[in-house]
Amino acid sequence: MSRYRNNREAVADLVRPTEVHRDVYIDEEVFQLEMEHLFANTWVYVGHESQVAKPGDYFGTTIGLQPILMVRHTDNTVKVLYNRCPHKGTRITTETCGNTGKFFRCPYHAWSFKTDGSLLAIPLKKGYENTGLEESHAGKGMSPVRHVHNYRGFIFAKLNDTGPGFEEFFGESLSSFDNMIDRSPVGKLEVAGGVLRYMHNCNWKMLVENQTDTCHPMVAHESSAGTAIEVFKKAPPGTKKPMAVEIYAPFMAPYEFFEEMGIRVWPNGHGHTGVHHSIHSDYSAIPGYFEKMVAAYGEERARKILGENRHNTVYFPNLMIKGPIQLIRLFKPLAANKTLVESWTFRLVDAPDMLLERTLMYNRLINAPTSVVGHDDLEMYERAQEGLHVDANQWVNVQRLYSKDEQPDVTAETNGTTEWQMRNQFHAWSKFMTMSM
Amino acid sequence: MSAPTDQQLIDFVVREARLIDQHRFEEWLELFTEDAYYWMPLEWGQTDPKLVASLMYEDKLLLRIRVERLKGNRTFSQKPKSRCHHVLQTPQVDKRDEAANEYVTWTPMHYVETRYDDQQLYAAWATHTLVVQDSTLKIKLKRVDLVNSEAAFGNIQLFM
Repeated sequence: MSRYRNNREAVADLVRPTEVHRDVYIDEEVFQLEMEHLFANTWVYVGHESQVAKPGDYFGTTIGLQPILMVRHTDNTVKVLYNRCPHKGTRITTETCGNTGKFFRCPYHAWSFKTDGSLLAIPLKKGYENTGLEESHAGKGMSPVRHVHNYRGFIFAKLNDTGPGFEEFFGESLSSFDNMIDRSPVGKLEVAGGVLRYMHNCNWKMLVENQTDTCHPMVAHESSAGTAIEVFKKAPPGTKKPMAVEIYAPFMAPYEFFEEMGIRVWPNGHGHTGVHHSIHSDYSAIPGYFEKMVAAYGEERARKILGENRHNTVYFPNLMIKGPIQLIRLFKPLAANKTLVESWTFRLVDAPDMLLERTLMYNRLINAPTSVVGHDDLEMYERAQEGLHVDANQWVNVQRLYSKDEQPDVTAETNGTTEWQMRNQFHAWSKFMTMSM
Repeated sequence: MSAPTDQQLIDFVVREARLIDQHRFEEWLELFTEDAYYWMPLEWGQTDPKLVASLMYEDKLLLRIRVERLKGNRTFSQKPKSRCHHVLQTPQVDKRDEAANEYVTWTPMHYVETRYDDQQLYAAWATHTLVVQDSTLKIKLKRVDLVNSEAAFGNIQLFM
């Protein structure tokens, strides 16, 4: 039975101003429609240009469930192609990343393609003479994703022609990317350290919502962050606070800390916590870094860049970035109840290594499958995925600090414990789900 | 203890796994020197624990936080508790350096972790760097290389 396909109204009815129907998390048909509409009408993060530094470098990934690859073309631009041979469908790349030289060569029948996807050669091509190959899908080569944007090294793509342009879609929210990138004295980031991959048996949106959920850390993470504080109390007096305790301790900050940090929402489902301060504000200074920033930007601008300590910025639909520590998390949907979380880290080019060392420590303490913080988050998501099957109440509440005057698709700053950003995401969800139905 | 025999090294590694399987985490923690590390690399053949990501690279403070957390009343991901089970090949003594007080063993193993109805099997190699301290053997570094360390895992909550 098809409840939602070809039923735009039923999809729109899943989102109300202050609550959303459980089917957005548990229904496989809604999930399929998300893949066809939401993940096609929005700009989705693909990768960073440092992953494809030289012509011929490629990186394979997905947008929604679509296998794609990004590749540095011979003209030095980054192209995004659907990752299948136009002949029989074979995935073109053999490894996740590598260098293919001047062309891709399918490992099945040796059809070859330029790095912009166009057909280069077919063995024994005379077999296709007078068959009309030029008119077929196969004759056109590997299909390109037509809408690709490189924002200061970060590559995004949009699969459909429907939906807004890049600048219109992200607008002022790009200021979080700017701050992350400006933290390099030369304004440049490089992917570094490797990616942590963490499998979650829950819907991808639970993870996205959790990024601006400031009322859970002191509860769900008491067992990890609270214990870290207690264990460190037993250290001999005068012991310098270790980096690990600096990372854990702010998770136990009181509600007032999170209320006062503030939340900013932007149109199209983007938003961030930490308008005024964040859990990253009070980390120890890294020797030599500030001096490099002052030399590069002058003292006033350096202080301004480093004084901006946004906590989590959500780029709708499925990316979160932490500017102050150069860490991003990509929530890759696999099924209604299955999500792959990739946590990527970056080196600030021309900054001390100690910054990357701290970023990597944060990543393994908080985002690894072996993380005691991650364990309790995943426990909550999986319990919710199960609990949502209760028929007696089929709605998820996102009402905290709601006001009837609240307008959708605006820029606003508000109390840091609001659920406005979650409402903002669901407004965008509804808009981009239904705009191509 | 003067220089440990190979058999003493082997017995030590086997007992270490047993303490984990029996949830005797306080005793287990005592096996580590104060400056010890427990390392689970992310990459095949990884040599750098600091500028390359790892699944775990934990000093004794972080290990103690884990052990204390496992006892906690609000440790929600451990309600109910996970259980685990090691199957070790006989540890091989790769290095004996009495002058430097350093002994290295290599132990292929299968590790099972369970919770509720879920049971996960992991295959790994454990490399123990051991020292003699106050007449007993201690762990200076325990390195666990998963065969598929880059794979996407769900929660791994105890110790391999």
